[in-house]
Amino acid sequence: MYPRPLADDAPFRRFAYTSMVVLILALWLVPLMAVMATSLRSFEEVMAGNYWGWPKSFNFIENYMAVFTQTAMARYFLNSLIVTLPSVFGVLVLSTLTGYVLSRYRFRGASLMFALFVGGNFLPAQIMMIPVRDLMVSIGLYDTYYALIVFHVAFQTGFATLFMRNFIAALPDELFQAARAEGASPWQTLWHVVLPLIRPALAALAILTFTFVWNDYFWAIVLTQSDAVKPVTAGLNNLRGEWVSAWNLVAAATILVAIPPVVMFFLMQRHFIAGLTVGAVKG
Amino acid sequence: MSTFWRNHRHWMAPTLFIMPGALLFAVVIILASAQTIWVSFFDWDGVGAKQWVGLANYAQLLDDPQFHVSLKNNLIWLAMFMLAPPLGLALALLLNQPIRGMRVMKSLFFVPLVLASVTVGVVFTWVYDPTFGLLSLIFSSFGATAPALLSDEHFVTFAVVVAALWPQVAFCLVLFLAGLNNLSEDLIGAGRVDGARGWPMLIHVILPQLREVSFIALAVTVIGALRSFDMVAVMTSGGPFGSSTVLAYQMYEQSIFSYRFGYGAAIATVLFVIMAVFIAWYLHTLLKPEREGV
Repeated sequence: MYPRPLADDAPFRRFAYTSMVVLILALWLVPLMAVMATSLRSFEEVMAGNYWGWPKSFNFIENYMAVFTQTAMARYFLNSLIVTLPSVFGVLVLSTLTGYVLSRYRFRGASLMFALFVGGNFLPAQIMMIPVRDLMVSIGLYDTYYALIVFHVAFQTGFATLFMRNFIAALPDELFQAARAEGASPWQTLWHVVLPLIRPALAALAILTFTFVWNDYFWAIVLTQSDAVKPVTAGLNNLRGEWVSAWNLVAAATILVAIPPVVMFFLMQRHFIAGLTVGAVKG
Repeated sequence: MSTFWRNHRHWMAPTLFIMPGALLFAVVIILASAQTIWVSFFDWDGVGAKQWVGLANYAQLLDDPQFHVSLKNNLIWLAMFMLAPPLGLALALLLNQPIRGMRVMKSLFFVPLVLASVTVGVVFTWVYDPTFGLLSLIFSSFGATAPALLSDEHFVTFAVVVAALWPQVAFCLVLFLAGLNNLSEDLIGAGRVDGARGWPMLIHVILPQLREVSFIALAVTVIGALRSFDMVAVMTSGGPFGSSTVLAYQMYEQSIFSYRFGYGAAIATVLFVIMAVFIAWYLHTLLKPEREGV
């Protein structure tokens, strides 16, 4: 292990080391903790300018209820769910199919197709903004959930294909030879051999895609306009302009936006990290 | 099942499988990107007829002071983002200790990574607030007045980049922790036997084994720096007086607010060309083992 582990028989050094890490962690998260604290403060406290100290009173229920009842946040939150969940599902289906074909079949142009999937995913969003927006306007999807879903599924399929291809390529060859010997069709092989084995990959991909889509801001402001469709990220930014001095409410809304990805992350941390480092482990 | 299908399914089935994903990606991502390059040769307000202007948009870019500001800011982003991999590595070295509670602390260090950039932007706008922000609190405890970072054209980009570094360092931390978990114990042991410690150990024994991870960390950092949009949009809207715009933001502003789609497309194309160099470098390295393997 590197760095060399601290000795077990040096309790003071271990304690000092742990304290140092805790201190650095506290500094690392100060901005976030302050927002959490502020989301509990009363309006009077915010007006008095206490933003960074310990809250004088805890208004958890009042503030978060106010966000849901007095602002459009509940709507935005629902919109984000309506966009994100189908997007994740679509990405999983399409990338399982593309990943399966790109890892198990050899054909001319396979490498080029793979390179396009991966490379396309690194393009700046602005290079496709005008035509994608135009396309959505012309087929009547602009400012609907479908515009965001279609775009996110298309875009995330790039990274997801890299991910699934690498995972399926790492499955043992014997499985596929056996399936072929049994006379299994490509579809049967996919359904009965591949699918049961790639569940961990699907879990990792699901949580990563969820986070990417939920956190998207650019396409939220490019493809939607009305409050009825707007996702939380764009909604939060609007809220900030409307409720300039009600920092406690904006703070509560900020925390609400962060909760789904953070909770997902803590529930499936192993999958999340395995997913992010996929390129690092096997290129 | 027809004989035709049975005779041909060995190629038809995979073709059918790959079609939906490949077509969607080709139309929405690849074709759209190519179309933007085409649009950059036109004068277009987004609604009316397009008018061919050749390279006029690009010629205009050369004389546009705002474009120079964006380019310069993109360079600042790029340079400052280079801090993310070393900082992530330093944190990873700090956290890679078998101490009770370390797992939880690692997870907490990762949190900025999963926050939406809008969240990070809002949080740091408060940190920088000249009257109530954390920064002003720190300055006033020394009896000084905090600079209004986000409304000072000399500091604004640096302040935004520092905020953006927060999740980026967390990203690099995740990558390097994974890398440290895959180190070869034999090599470390051999290094220790040879008396390697401290810097020589890190530089000659550890870092060479982290090459792949470092490459990925560097690549995602470079691409992340060039793609920056959200933080600028949320924290400053490119202000004050356009001093914090980057190419991505200027493109958005020109197209959506000024209806100069052709000009916006030209900016996007420039950004694309700059990034294509890095994307090609990344793909080249990523796909190299496969080309050699086949």
